[in-house]
Amino acid sequence: MSARTWDRALIYGSATLLALWVLVPFYLIFLSAFSRPNDVFVYPKPLLPTDLSTETMQVFLQSTGVVASVLNSLAVAAITIVLSLALGAPAGYALARFAFRGRQGFQLVVLATKMFPVAILSIPLAVAFVRLGLYDNVIGVALVHTAMALPFVILVTAGVFAGVSNELEEAAMTLGCSRVAAFLRIALPLALPGLAAAAIFTFVISWNEVFAASILTLRQRTLPALVLFALQQSPLYFKFAGGFFMVLPAVVFIFFMRRYLLNLWGGR
Amino acid sequence: MKRVRARTEDLLPYALLLPSILFLALLILIPMVQALLLAIQAESGGLTTEYLERMRGDVNFSDAWRNTLLLIVLIVPLQIVLALAMALLIHSRFRGHEWFLYVYAIPLAISDLASGILWLSIFTERGYLNTVAEGIGIIDAPQVFLSFENTGGLLAAIVIAESWRATSIVMVILVAGLQLIPRDYFEAADLFGANRIRRTIHVVLPLLRPSLQSALIIRTIFAFQTFAVVLALAGRNMPVIAAEAYNWYANNRNAHLAASYALLLLGLTIVFTVVYLRVLGLREAEVKR
Repeated sequence: MSARTWDRALIYGSATLLALWVLVPFYLIFLSAFSRPNDVFVYPKPLLPTDLSTETMQVFLQSTGVVASVLNSLAVAAITIVLSLALGAPAGYALARFAFRGRQGFQLVVLATKMFPVAILSIPLAVAFVRLGLYDNVIGVALVHTAMALPFVILVTAGVFAGVSNELEEAAMTLGCSRVAAFLRIALPLALPGLAAAAIFTFVISWNEVFAASILTLRQRTLPALVLFALQQSPLYFKFAGGFFMVLPAVVFIFFMRRYLLNLWGGR
Repeated sequence: MKRVRARTEDLLPYALLLPSILFLALLILIPMVQALLLAIQAESGGLTTEYLERMRGDVNFSDAWRNTLLLIVLIVPLQIVLALAMALLIHSRFRGHEWFLYVYAIPLAISDLASGILWLSIFTERGYLNTVAEGIGIIDAPQVFLSFENTGGLLAAIVIAESWRATSIVMVILVAGLQLIPRDYFEAADLFGANRIRRTIHVVLPLLRPSLQSALIIRTIFAFQTFAVVLALAGRNMPVIAAEAYNWYANNRNAHLAASYALLLLGLTIVFTVVYLRVLGLREAEVKR
């Protein structure tokens, strides 16, 4: 074989190995979740999908609180998406379009809040929410999730609006559009796919978040809070089904926003 | 008239930023101050070190410290190496590299709780690791990896699960960083006959330094917050700082001790960021000179 062929074999070989490292755990949790509850005692484990069953998933979905927690998770995510886009997209637009005093300072604040430990928010907010009647309430959880998602939404939307040519908006304004109309008719439609990606990413943050959701709820658990609470006393099959159920939408959604992945963390 | 118009245009960016600034102040700044007060204010209103001392005297305190730092030391370098391998492969732009980028990025959307459960199915006694290891004859009987007696096993499982999940974030940062390096540098290196390994060490890595830096900071900071993956794989057998904060509030309903642990977390975050920036920042200045 020529050096070039060797080279390509090496690249594809190592790329495939790394891909297997990522994918195999997904395959195995799929096998675990689509089995029968008693199969957790089977050993050695079957490695091929020859004996699939939906029994474990059915038992999981019929367990007390599971469906309610999924609905809570969805409600929290929906409120978080609306709030963080309503608050964050204008800031992102400002960062993309204007040079103004304090711009760098604001960017620094956004970066710092991106890394803020959620523990330090959740505990005092739990105390405050008890007084405000927001404890054990999807709105309370959504407020914390918005605080977590907002820095990401600001950075992503700034990238999105920077990609929409300012000249188109200016042209619309010279043709008699107001700034608001130019934004609504020109920039917004062009930015829509990027904004959708920001919404999806916000969904993923909220759907996955477990610390704040566990601290701030008691009966109105989100799915991760329910599963975390169940870790101590639930059987293995319940955990596996819960794990699979949490993973599923995340995998689907990351597919739809794969073009914007590099904006989320890559931007400096 | 024209002047008024110019003034409103000047104020527009601030008006657009205002909602998010107010929100962040309300939900981050105020809680931060309240967390501090929960940790150092006595019931009477005066200052006290009672809670901080109780935290220091807590049975799990020194273990939580040690485990948290140990996990960071083990996880972060592993993630950087794995992510660098992924990013360099992607950047060589072989046919189909977009699909590999997507696959490598999938764990980005997985919570540490879910990742802990995924790996639980592998490491549990009647799990897939034992099945495979016995199948190819490395072991004779299933091993118990996840027990309180087997600290090494618990640690290894957590390190693997966390590396599996969060390598994706580092990978994305590094791929984005590689894209910022002008193609000319690679071509120049090729022209002078540098092979791929020498080119990586002498050209790519120094130019990738800013991205490596931010990846290092982000990953270290988030590693301090590791907790659900630990609870999923080790239960209460491996105390870490974030899990202590959670337990003190969720199980013991003690906001003061929980806030003390959370404050410790924030302090560590700040100290590490400053140290990283100092150490790495200085070096960068040297390189530039």
